[in-house]
Amino acid sequence: MKKSDFFSAHDPRIIPILQNAVIGIAGSGGLGSNIALSLTRAGIGKLVVADFDKIEPSNLNRQQFFEDQIEMPKVIALIENLNKISQFTRYQVHEIKLNPDNIPLIYKDVDIMVEAFDKAEMKEMLIETWLIKFPNKPIIAASGLAGWGKNELLHTRKIDNLYICGDEETDLQSGISPMAPRVAIVANMQANLVLELLLSNK
Amino acid sequence: MKIIIVNGNSLNWEEEMNIDLILKRKNYTFKMLVVKVDGKLIKKTEYSKTYVQPGADVKVIHLISGG
Repeated sequence: MKKSDFFSAHDPRIIPILQNAVIGIAGSGGLGSNIALSLTRAGIGKLVVADFDKIEPSNLNRQQFFEDQIEMPKVIALIENLNKISQFTRYQVHEIKLNPDNIPLIYKDVDIMVEAFDKAEMKEMLIETWLIKFPNKPIIAASGLAGWGKNELLHTRKIDNLYICGDEETDLQSGISPMAPRVAIVANMQANLVLELLLSNK
Repeated sequence: MKIIIVNGNSLNWEEEMNIDLILKRKNYTFKMLVVKVDGKLIKKTEYSKTYVQPGADVKVIHLISGG
């Protein structure tokens, strides 16, 4: 496939901006796998993704993996899937658990950071680390996306360079777990915001 | 009456009002939070010793599991 064919539906003015962009994704589960898929289709030049987890059967209810990838490291399966879409996004993946020490090293060259963890304490750790280390670089987080329905509650809130996508209220308690449609909606709100920030002055 | 702004809504200011007291007054019970006062990040370890002045703009972000 030729690059000009892949991008033939895009406004030619935005292609170099997308292709020069480096986007960080922290986590490659329900949010991260969907975000990476959309940003690859959008033609982002490079994605930096970290996740230490392996694929389990219960992940297939919402994460962009397949049955024959069970037990594979998520970041390896992710690359396998993304490479089937296009060769015009480069990937740097890290099979590692992120912490306040390795986050600044792994993500030092990204233009925008996208938080895609499952656990609230990891979300808090990443946002706190990011706001201290890279206060001038945008970070797009997700909070409140479990369950189903309630489209009208999903929103984006901007607090300086921190953006929150989700309903900011639905917790995992009482048997409410994340499900494919709502996770994918919020993941794509995050991916959509990446494009908006990259292209806003263009 | 002196007030502060918390997530866009006004809250009566009190003497020696620290982050812990603001969270209590707002009934914010989520454990995982990011707090900013006038654009500055307040780490969790600093909640009890960070006092806000009247007119302060406080942002509290709940971080909820799921992803």
